[in-house]
Amino acid sequence: MAGLSGYIVLGSATPAAAMHISEGFLPVQWAAFWWMVALPFFAVGLRSITRITKEHPELKLLLALAGAFTFVLSALKIPSVTGSCSHPTGTGLGAILFGPSVMAVLGALVLLFQTLLLAHGGLTTLGANMFSMAIVGPFAAYFIYQLLLRTGSQRAAIFCAAALADLLTYVTTSIQLALAFPAASGGFMASFLKFAGIFAITQVPLAISEGLLTLLVWNWLHSYGKPELETLKLLRQES
Amino acid sequence: MNQKPTKNYQSTSRQNWLLAGAVIVLAAFPLVFVRGEYGGSDDQAKKTITEIKPGYKPWFNHLFEPASGEISSLLFASQAAMGAGVVGYVIGLYKGRSQSRQQSDNKSSE
Repeated sequence: MAGLSGYIVLGSATPAAAMHISEGFLPVQWAAFWWMVALPFFAVGLRSITRITKEHPELKLLLALAGAFTFVLSALKIPSVTGSCSHPTGTGLGAILFGPSVMAVLGALVLLFQTLLLAHGGLTTLGANMFSMAIVGPFAAYFIYQLLLRTGSQRAAIFCAAALADLLTYVTTSIQLALAFPAASGGFMASFLKFAGIFAITQVPLAISEGLLTLLVWNWLHSYGKPELETLKLLRQES
Repeated sequence: MNQKPTKNYQSTSRQNWLLAGAVIVLAAFPLVFVRGEYGGSDDQAKKTITEIKPGYKPWFNHLFEPASGEISSLLFASQAAMGAGVVGYVIGLYKGRSQSRQQSDNKSSE
């Protein structure tokens, strides 16, 4: 009976939602924990955005593009081979262009929009979702890009960085859920495998799509936005 | 000197079409070959949570929820449209700028 009523409550309260951890679905202490982890990154990101816009006001447009790219991609719920839908994150591009901390802010804005207007994600779980999508993803993208840039072509580095950042975002989500809900038998690992089976596997083709789309925008920037890219190379040398 | 950039533009533009095509194929492939409900992976995660911990109830609810699936798809479409608008605006602006720069370069070299 409790199960049935629980099912009715769950089933009626939320129309098909396809993003990250839903509102109220993390125990209080975990929700608070991830908020505390995420906030310092957000603060660093804010400072880095004010620095960029002060030193190079002409980069504001490109900053808007990086945010808008995340905005578009996280609105696209794409069918996957597992028979369910999920969406790309789009955080790789901005992380490669401006460094990862900037995306902590831009990603958080996208997550906030989806939480407040679309009832996707949640305010209580925003910290956790920020950590996976706006922090782990961008930092992974940034470091993978820097690593692969030394060994091979820039385009391959961008593709891999964006695709892996997307995938790692959902691996992180699985870890977060497994930490909060370890299985009665098998504990953390058993839970992790379950959640990873839902999120990470669904995400594999979407990660490839995200890598391709990031490359597409990069090609445009490479053709038409040379001055900005040159400025950003200077920025990277400075920091 | 003029020939080289044009060739580059052509090859990147071909690459761009290939990239866009590949994304469409990746999205269409499961629809054609995999039978599924195509619900959100989020809902599956919720189900799994209640399997692992049967008594769990969400302790906080959304402040606002779209009134129906239609409204929610409207909001999703607006999100995509706003984002795509900004991306298109910036790229278009950059393109126009680099073209007008090229034209003025050509004029000054003539």
